[in-house]
Amino acid sequence: MADNPTPDLDFPETAQPATKPKKKGVKRRIFLAGSALLVGGGIFGVWWTDSSVKAKAKALTVGAGEHGFLTWMKIAEDDNVTLYSPHIDFGQGSHTALGQMLADELDADWGKIKVEQAPADLAFANTPLGQGFIAEMSGYPGVINALPEAIMAMLARSLPLQITGGSSAIRFTGEVGMRKTGAAVRMALIAEAADRLGVPASELTTADSRVTHAKTGRSLRYGELAAGAAARSLSGDPTLKTRDQWRLIGQPVPRRDIPAKVDGSAVYGIDFAVPDMRVATIAAAPVRGGRLESVDEAPALAIKGVEKVVKLDDAVIVVAKGYWPAQKGLAALSPKFSDGGHAAVSTSAIYAAQAKLRQTAEKPDNEGGEGDVNAAFGGEGVQMVEAEYRVPFLHHAMMEPFALTAHFKDGTLTLWGGLQDPLSTRTKAAKAAGLEVEQVVFNPMIMGGGFGRRFPDMVEIIDQVAVLAKQLPYPVKLIWSREEDVRHGTYRPQSSAGLKASLKDGQITAFQMDYAQSGNAEGEVPFIYAIPATSRRHFAYQSNQIDGPWRSVNATQIGFYTESFMDELASAAGEDPYRFRRKHLPEGSRHVAVLDMVAKRSGWGTPLPDGVGRGIAIVESFGTIVAEVVEATVKDDGSPRVLKTWAVVDCGTTVNPLNAEAQIMGGLIMGLSSAIGEQVTLDQGAVVQSNFPDYPILKLADAPPEVDVFFIESGAKTGGIGEPGLPPASPALANALAAATGKRIRNLPLLAQAKA
Amino acid sequence: MATAFTVNGKQVSVEAETDTPLLWVLRDDLGMTGTKFGCGVAACGACSVHVDGAITRSCSVPLSDVAGKAVTTIEGLKSADGVLHKVQQAWIDAQVPQCGYCQSGQIMAAVALIEKVASPSDAQIDEAMTNICRCGTYPRIRKAILAATGAAIQAGDA
Repeated sequence: MADNPTPDLDFPETAQPATKPKKKGVKRRIFLAGSALLVGGGIFGVWWTDSSVKAKAKALTVGAGEHGFLTWMKIAEDDNVTLYSPHIDFGQGSHTALGQMLADELDADWGKIKVEQAPADLAFANTPLGQGFIAEMSGYPGVINALPEAIMAMLARSLPLQITGGSSAIRFTGEVGMRKTGAAVRMALIAEAADRLGVPASELTTADSRVTHAKTGRSLRYGELAAGAAARSLSGDPTLKTRDQWRLIGQPVPRRDIPAKVDGSAVYGIDFAVPDMRVATIAAAPVRGGRLESVDEAPALAIKGVEKVVKLDDAVIVVAKGYWPAQKGLAALSPKFSDGGHAAVSTSAIYAAQAKLRQTAEKPDNEGGEGDVNAAFGGEGVQMVEAEYRVPFLHHAMMEPFALTAHFKDGTLTLWGGLQDPLSTRTKAAKAAGLEVEQVVFNPMIMGGGFGRRFPDMVEIIDQVAVLAKQLPYPVKLIWSREEDVRHGTYRPQSSAGLKASLKDGQITAFQMDYAQSGNAEGEVPFIYAIPATSRRHFAYQSNQIDGPWRSVNATQIGFYTESFMDELASAAGEDPYRFRRKHLPEGSRHVAVLDMVAKRSGWGTPLPDGVGRGIAIVESFGTIVAEVVEATVKDDGSPRVLKTWAVVDCGTTVNPLNAEAQIMGGLIMGLSSAIGEQVTLDQGAVVQSNFPDYPILKLADAPPEVDVFFIESGAKTGGIGEPGLPPASPALANALAAATGKRIRNLPLLAQAKA
Repeated sequence: MATAFTVNGKQVSVEAETDTPLLWVLRDDLGMTGTKFGCGVAACGACSVHVDGAITRSCSVPLSDVAGKAVTTIEGLKSADGVLHKVQQAWIDAQVPQCGYCQSGQIMAAVALIEKVASPSDAQIDEAMTNICRCGTYPRIRKAILAATGAAIQAGDA
């Protein structure tokens, strides 16, 4: 594995969701979602034993009067429990939810649970996450259930993960890591208490961080038992609570991070400061792939407060006493950049090349499906429906622009900031600065949003600040302006698709999607409908842009294509879009339950005022099924107006309904925002947009006043919650507008189409 | 040349160049980082503060314009004994923040709104709350403002 940092894994067909018809004996090549990203900093040539990992973890986190368990948690003699989360929290609330999962199984007093960010050290690599991503494709191998001891080291060796993404925190880290750890530690505490009290373990109960022997009325605090329990070996197969025994899982527990976010006291990466620190800002080549050819430094150096101009291969940096002089200094420069040979790249040229590729490529780069679509298309008496769709590059536009502080001193490079994978941040910085990983210290901080933009592999500011800091005798905080952020994104790919389906007697007999886009953000999105013949073919087209994962990744555009086209098919069949979907979903499936519930809650089929339309869409992504209904109209200026929205979600189990609702709501609104106004376009190889005035994010007045979110607690395997709310939003809106106006919009954003 | 003004009731004197935006004076010169940098062009509102009581996007106001004026930032909303402003409390009660980065500005905008209109209508909220939130917390922002102003009415009645 060490030679292959981006593993392609061959898995048997069991990878497919249960609802999809299986073809026996066929092996398909399935890529890990965004595999190039997931493996982060590549594979370290370090192998270690369980005991050394634990020793390292304890040295980093466990102090006097505290006792560590695995690398996840410690119990202090005053009963306080600290959980080390391998996930950073950029607003998704997983720290609180992970704490709930651990505390519930541990029977700990919630008031005594603290959740902290795990240090950026290999000892804290997230094993359940690596397993989860693989397990998702292959079915859970039996070995996964043998947590904790054996598992802690196994996959972490090959996948040193500490990332946050793929809606993974709860479904993998929580289910596999937190719950089992909590349960195993609880058993060790009971065993310790049984010995101390001289009673059988079976007579002991746990609650509120105490082990109690009811018969004799004696009890011991967890803090008193911690030392002894920590010396015991933990069960590899602890008994987990059943749903009816949960006290904290499923409860609307307020998030721990919120108080500091309402009084200005939360310190984000961009807020970090140390004495003697300088502030720098940067302009990279406007055309990705371009190089810095020349720059006259004098105009910047003439500005008061500017101290230094630093040239990189593809960028120029101004270092000053504060951000304002740095920005002024940068604005005073007229750097000359090459275009890297990409002057011919434009939005329209990419669409044209993608269309040509779909028509002329010998074979797709990735394909999936069942049955013979061509035979079905040639069937007697079939009605053919075809349509072309296009979606633009989308920017993450996290509210906190990139900022990273670095200080190179005595051979050590220390970094402070917020990134999605603390571990690979170290690796990347080390490589850029020509240092060993052990010479880099990274201090993860709170992040002002991410949405997929903070995967270290794609974050150039790590390299930039590492190279910069090595040249400076003082600490430096490098801040990207919003313009730099918008113009140098790792965008959701510009993508286009040709869809084709055959209908007979109101039934879809075959469904085909050919789409072209960068392969970077490729990932499986389940096709949920039971149709005899399906074909999905991906043709990889790479522009000069670095395409990246954008909240919900491939499910956004695949969801838009599929669910818009389903409405077109319903229309061709003369049927109601809800009923048409319903009859094509597997009977009795979770999907049908979700669809029925959203129809019921939204009053589907009830009369609407003139000019108002209702649209429905259902997408499964990251193990969660979400159906949404949007009611919308068109304003006098032709722009869409969203009136009401509903979302029904089956993520198996809702760990924290308050937070899960927020995630679904936010995903839906981000989906609407992207569909309505967002696009990144290219001209002569460079990004045209530069800031919020030309990259409009939906504002409160245009967002739905409320989102009715309803969870179906199916108890199925836990799905993600951060991303799945997004994909149904754009097709539901386009479907609503088509219902309102009779006009089908196949190209996003809607605003550009409305005004075209 | 030093520029004098007050921040959260305290007199300050700053040596920065007078064209420096108030945002960067607060953050880089005064070390008050609750006010955030979002866009630098007064488009997102993350940097919202009050200047003589008026909601102001501090990234686009030069220091020279605030000489002698009273600036209030997110750090100045709590009462002297540390009690949260009712809008801050409503933000916690409604669990508004996700990433939280825009919320200082959102809260400053909401406070400015309810200081003008004790119980704003939905339309007045739409008009006043023009800050960007990428996490999509808008429905809870609306809910929190309505809750805070509901509480205001009750407190006034009592």
